Amino acid sequence: MELSQLLHTGELSSEELTAHFLQRARQFNPALNAYITLTEELALRQAQAADKRLADKTAGALTGIPIAHKDIFCLDGVRTSCGSKMLDNFIAPYNATVVEKCNQAGMVTLGKTNMDEFAMGSSNETSYYGPAKNPWHAEYVPGGSSGGSASAVAARLAAAATGTDTGGSIRQPAALCGVCGLKPTYGRISRYGIIAFASSLDQGGPLAQTAEDAALLLGVMAGHDPRDATSVDRPVEDYLASLNDDIAGLKIGLPKQHFDEKLDDDIAEKIQDAIRQLEQAGAIIKDIDLPNTALSIPAYYVVAPAEASSNLARYDGVRFGHRCDDPQDLADLYCRSRAEGFGREVKRRIMIGTYVLSAGYYDAYYLKAQKLRRLIRDDFQNAFREVDVIIGPSSPTTAFKLNERTNDPVSMYLSDIYTASVNLAGLPAISIPAGFSRRLPIGLQIISNYFAEARILNVAHKYQQLSDWHRQIPGGYE
Amino acid sequence: MSLDKAQIEKIAWLARLAMIEDSLPDYQHDLGNILELVEQIKNVDTEAVAPLAHPVEIMARLRRDEITETDQREKFQQLAPAVAEGHYLVPKVIE
Repeated sequence: MELSQLLHTGELSSEELTAHFLQRARQFNPALNAYITLTEELALRQAQAADKRLADKTAGALTGIPIAHKDIFCLDGVRTSCGSKMLDNFIAPYNATVVEKCNQAGMVTLGKTNMDEFAMGSSNETSYYGPAKNPWHAEYVPGGSSGGSASAVAARLAAAATGTDTGGSIRQPAALCGVCGLKPTYGRISRYGIIAFASSLDQGGPLAQTAEDAALLLGVMAGHDPRDATSVDRPVEDYLASLNDDIAGLKIGLPKQHFDEKLDDDIAEKIQDAIRQLEQAGAIIKDIDLPNTALSIPAYYVVAPAEASSNLARYDGVRFGHRCDDPQDLADLYCRSRAEGFGREVKRRIMIGTYVLSAGYYDAYYLKAQKLRRLIRDDFQNAFREVDVIIGPSSPTTAFKLNERTNDPVSMYLSDIYTASVNLAGLPAISIPAGFSRRLPIGLQIISNYFAEARILNVAHKYQQLSDWHRQIPGGYE
Repeated sequence: MSLDKAQIEKIAWLARLAMIEDSLPDYQHDLGNILELVEQIKNVDTEAVAPLAHPVEIMARLRRDEITETDQREKFQQLAPAVAEGHYLVPKVIE
């Protein structure tokens, strides 16, 4: 927003702003590994076009603002790797709808950000290109899967970034890197051109420094798309209009399951501090019950791998992507291309998905998980009869050390204990900075009912007027 | 919950993943742990619950039966590892 004003008053050109971010990206990327690819030529071309729009007064609020896209969004003519060796040679032949919408708004594409392979991970460590690092401490993970996007926004290597969230992949890295990350309602943003992981859970969204920026970005990214049958045909609200609404009388629910024994004590305290500030601003705090929360991770690890095993069947070494050398026959071509192209975590999930969908096990796992999915969604619906928003921590811990959890997939999965239920229910939620614990950022999660993104952004913005956590910049990146 | 080697090999085959003998024990260990986590879902009574396949229960939309895609075969086949005369090449399937 502040950058937009500078562009509109002519104090700064988009070309200057773009050159500034590209310079920072080149300078800091060797340490952070936040970008897989920089698109410098494209960025400068788009910046020049943006400056023309600014000069002839056809510019919008985001015209000329540099953004980074997670390397899961297809970008025409640019390698779109999805963090995988499988797609290391894949030049996307078209733009994702989200990319197209950002382009139409006149935004400038700086590059493609690092991510866990096929968005499967909570630490960015499954990336074929090596992990992105947390700018608050280079020995710590940035979270995942949108870890490169969160790292880039936190270190000011981009004004904003796109991400995708299947079980917490926008909110958890946003929390661990101290930025804002919004996962909209399932269907609010088109999935066209987003490389599919688990189609009934995946949703794109923005990572930014403030709730206000996230509101602007959501306004651009959201909307019905005939190319995505699950995108919802419903008008896009003006998310800025309600940002400053009074929160006096707002009913906030605190789920006891999000303040359980798995939550770090220091984080619990800081989250309670934030809740007290909202209470002082007039909000009414109420304890609520989401009894099936503990089942969300087990249910998620049936539904997501099942859908992934089906979606990733397309990588066969025939039409695009990695192909093994000298295949002996068709089966050898499939089996070795896939074994060589996919990393270990992706293979684990494909195998779990294959197992739970296989003959004789479908009812016990997949059907059962879908039933739990309804129970989890009903928990939220019951809660939203009593409260307007649900608040808690985004993640049970702050950032953890590189390699700390790589040998234990299950401990990695539990990073998403407060976020995955939201995906299973299809609800919108944001993570915003709410303090520090041992000098690492803490994220506060705000969840609301379907399509109530405006309410989430309103509460987040109000909190950011009462706090300055979102204005903190990691040391060395000022 | 543990899977024996034969089960791992069968799953890998169904998933069309070549499995190196050396890595079998690792997968056996990791998949066993993940399934142990997943097993928790079996303890819940869901007799009266209908499955939910999709978070937002929407109807599949129909569109007019019109041609909306143009022929981009050449562009797409540039991405393919092996093509000839507009066809994708695979190892010989029929003798």
